[in-house]
Amino acid sequence: MATYDIHNYDVLVIGAGGAGLRAAIEASAQGVSVALICKSLLGKAHTVMAEGGVAAALSNVDERDNWKVHFTDTLRGGQYLNNWRMAEIHAKEAPDRVRELEAWGALFDRTTDGKILQRNFGGHKYPRLAHVGDRTGLEMIRTLQDHSIHQGIDVHMECTVTCLFKNNGRISGALAYGRDRGNFKLFNAKSIILATGGIGRAFKVTSNSWEYTGDGQALAYDAGAELIDMEFVQFHPTGMVWPPSVKGILVTEGVRGEGGILLNKQNRRFMFDDIPELYRNQTADNPEEGWRYTQGDKNARRPPELLTRDHVARCIVREIKEGRGSPHNGVFLDISWISDKLNNAEDHIRKKLPSMYHQFKKLADIDITKEPMEVGPTTHYCMGGVRVNADTQMSNIPGLFAAGEAAAGLHGANRLGGNSLSDLLVFGKRAGEYAAKFAKENSQENINDEDVRAQISKTLAPFERTNGENPFQLQYDLQEMMQNLVGIVRTQEELLQAKEELSKLRSRYRNVSIIGNREYNAGWHTSLDLANLLIVSQAVNMAAIERKESRGAHYREDFPNKDPQSGTYNLVIYKDSNGEMQIRKEVIPEIRNDLKQIIEEMK
Amino acid sequence: MDKLLFQIWRGDAGSGAVQDYYTNVSEGMVVLDAIHQIQAEQANDLAVRWNCKAGKCGSCSAEINGMPKLMCMTRLSDLPSGQAVLVKPMKAFPLIKDLVTDVSWNYKVKKQIKKFKPRAPDAKDGTWRMYQEDIDRVQEFRKCIECYLCQNVCHVLREHELYDKFIGPRFLIYAASLEMHPLDTEDRLGELKESHGIGFCNITKCCTKVCPESIAITDNGIIPLKERVVDRYFDPLRKFVRWILRKK
Repeated sequence: MATYDIHNYDVLVIGAGGAGLRAAIEASAQGVSVALICKSLLGKAHTVMAEGGVAAALSNVDERDNWKVHFTDTLRGGQYLNNWRMAEIHAKEAPDRVRELEAWGALFDRTTDGKILQRNFGGHKYPRLAHVGDRTGLEMIRTLQDHSIHQGIDVHMECTVTCLFKNNGRISGALAYGRDRGNFKLFNAKSIILATGGIGRAFKVTSNSWEYTGDGQALAYDAGAELIDMEFVQFHPTGMVWPPSVKGILVTEGVRGEGGILLNKQNRRFMFDDIPELYRNQTADNPEEGWRYTQGDKNARRPPELLTRDHVARCIVREIKEGRGSPHNGVFLDISWISDKLNNAEDHIRKKLPSMYHQFKKLADIDITKEPMEVGPTTHYCMGGVRVNADTQMSNIPGLFAAGEAAAGLHGANRLGGNSLSDLLVFGKRAGEYAAKFAKENSQENINDEDVRAQISKTLAPFERTNGENPFQLQYDLQEMMQNLVGIVRTQEELLQAKEELSKLRSRYRNVSIIGNREYNAGWHTSLDLANLLIVSQAVNMAAIERKESRGAHYREDFPNKDPQSGTYNLVIYKDSNGEMQIRKEVIPEIRNDLKQIIEEMK
Repeated sequence: MDKLLFQIWRGDAGSGAVQDYYTNVSEGMVVLDAIHQIQAEQANDLAVRWNCKAGKCGSCSAEINGMPKLMCMTRLSDLPSGQAVLVKPMKAFPLIKDLVTDVSWNYKVKKQIKKFKPRAPDAKDGTWRMYQEDIDRVQEFRKCIECYLCQNVCHVLREHELYDKFIGPRFLIYAASLEMHPLDTEDRLGELKESHGIGFCNITKCCTKVCPESIAITDNGIIPLKERVVDRYFDPLRKFVRWILRKK
């Protein structure tokens, strides 16, 4: 029987991207002991790959911007399924959280008068994204990482959590293993923050790395926490499509923010063909006005390329489906055309979009200053996640918190670009603060040795089997199935087929076998991640079947319109007493009067 | 589809050897794709670090045909056509398993460098004013993705193993990014000269050559830092002033 080490902390943070780091910094600042666990090395989490910027109404570039505009933009983008209290807190606190990064050493690009520069992005009325070229995420994670290492936080790198423990209804700790040696670690903790990110690896074409297997959502669900909005998976409109090996890698929305346009193979700017009612007043009706908007003309309206991601992705799919796509089943994204407008266009592009330039040059032999890119939708973000209290970020399990992509509520049916980086700062901080408070006010609950041993046996079970399923093959099959049947365009028939397929995949999962030993064994790691992927895939599928309308990122070909009635509730997923997954509708609480008034004013 | 031979180091700290794997290769593939394919189809327990697959996270550092590179940014079409590809872990760090090394030393070193300490805010609202031309240089240093390839090729570490005397190019660049930060008020020159061992760098520029972010590590970072150290500690006039002050 495998042994385990015991670690004791007040607050345990699982995940070390932006949300986890910000939470850990805040918790330790409150004077409690904090451990930070991450599956990769510190500083490699997905935040590092965020490109375009962090949304905050600093009003450095356009003085008309303020939290009220940011708040209404976020709700409009989320098709009013958002938790409005979270949207309010987020819009109000984001500017302070960004300025705080500057005090910790971050160096954002500057305006000519020396302030933090802000750029245009989809769905944001004014230039709002603080950024560093197109490597904003790297700047943020490094700033948080470098600040955190002097805070006395214990970091357990390359360590994966396999289950959470509860006692007397409260969270009590977590079991984890070190990926390098396969050794087990039991963490006793008074409160736990899940900051594990998204579920992108459930799909075949994704911008997400191997880490994003829905760990936080699945751990929370298994422990009895509720998930909401799982039907809303964001397909970012612009991922690379060629060559095959880079398919899905992100192409930042910043390209369009800087004036990039989308073209079909007939060289038509197809985004002008379909502008949704909700955005008609805010969208340019000719290319000239769109260009002026990207260049800072305050009287111009945004070009249709900067509509919300759900809409742009669907327009791209339509062009491809109707035979007007590019050679490799995408469409063209062109930034090189701005040389018609600017003298120093090539230098300008390299300066504003250095990593896009580098990425296409190195991986696709394309010089984006001279020719268009080929792009298509890629699985990018999960709006759904652990249901949390808007102010404290605590789930329905006392002591269990969630923040960032693993939590849900802020983004509703569709997230605006840039709102994720601000989300993780604002709610990472709050989660850290309230988790520390909870730890101070509560004692440590017990964890039984027997329960720990039972969990360890479960984790090691794949080693006992021989000649079973290859975990990598099973993961491919799941991803292929989810992509084809639960992807960007959904129908009842395909969703029901996916339900069947998921049940078959779960049976196959019980027969996964592993070769080799517990040391840095990728097969073993993948087999354990698969358990989480199967849970979140089931949740996405179940919610997608239940929502019989099209709204935000959830598009049903058989119900192509918005249904006003369906716009009044969120879907909640939970585990019943028999261990079966259940779903229920929950009416969205009526919005506070002062906020309602703000929305009316901004219409 | 063509099959290509990959010779991959397999083993742990105790023992190991290069093993042969043939796998299908297609247009646009990078070395990391081939490694993943081999892992999925032939060697489920093959250890390799990776995350973003787009040159942004710095996880998949290795030695490809003897050259330190990111596996995700090394296209097969850039290697000698049809020839076997040799993939080994970074040599300067202790091996954990296969292509994965123990890079924890780097994390310990970073902690020893004094943290960012900003001057008082310039504006009443607690913010600062900085101009783009004043931060361009530091932004160059902050492009670093911490792949540690520069540490891996630095002969002071790789050959002479002076891990307790020299912090290596990555952390000299980190120190430079703090020292040249327009808001920073901390003084790190004493440590740079003594415990950080900046004098060990003899400017062979191996680090600059392997940097996947094309940071001019030596020219823009290390040399200016060396100049600051020299100005402070080896300027004869300053030495004289210090001597006078001590006499009092």
